[in-house]
Amino acid sequence: MLYVLVALFGVLGAVCRYLISVLIPNHGFPLATLLINLAGSFLLAVIMKYLSRLPRFSPMLITAIGTGFVGSFTTFSTFSVESIQMIEKQWYGFAALYIMISLVGGLLASRLGFYLSERWLKREEAPHVR
Amino acid sequence: MFVNIVLVACGAVLGVLTRLLLSNWIKRKWPMDFPLATFLINLTGSFLLGLLVGSGADSHIQLLIGTGFIGSYTTFSTFKLESIELHLKKKHTTLFSYLGLSYVCGILLAGLGILLGHLYL
Repeated sequence: MLYVLVALFGVLGAVCRYLISVLIPNHGFPLATLLINLAGSFLLAVIMKYLSRLPRFSPMLITAIGTGFVGSFTTFSTFSVESIQMIEKQWYGFAALYIMISLVGGLLASRLGFYLSERWLKREEAPHVR
Repeated sequence: MFVNIVLVACGAVLGVLTRLLLSNWIKRKWPMDFPLATFLINLTGSFLLGLLVGSGADSHIQLLIGTGFIGSYTTFSTFKLESIELHLKKKHTTLFSYLGLSYVCGILLAGLGILLGHLYL
């Protein structure tokens, strides 16, 4: 059952990635992959640090959404190939910008996901004021 | 368009399951602080995608194997999540080697893949 769910969510993630790459074509700078990877880094942190603590999300569903959907939505191989292609074309500025935004931006996006998850968990645990 | 989506979907089923199974197997076999599983998956995927792109395969094969299989096999979000976890655990030597090796080797292996794909495929 776990594998069926992971496969299903993985297909959704990959198809979303493909559709976004069709909607945002690469005119020299791989904006689609960058946005997908940054958004996915934020989402995965929220899923693993916040959603996984909520009783209505079973561990199986968390693996399906996290490893399946977001894992397949984001991609490292396309990032590597796009980077080396920009270097081959001697677009060093674009290549450096792409690598730096992926490196630093991805870390910040994930860190923001951790931070917001902690805040939301505290809010859940606090006694409700009516 | 519909055919393209089906091709990506078929490749993705294999890609995501290979990542899940391989990752669990590597974590069991060699448990360590360094996120070896994601690291090896991302490096092998970068090399394979380079090979495919370098080979100049037709667009249906690129969608099935490249966008679908290899795209779903490698992952960026887990790489970042593991990095932040290393940072929060103050394992900064491991963190910097993980980041540095992933980026440098990933990009170099993609380049090597393109070169070999171009020459031999």
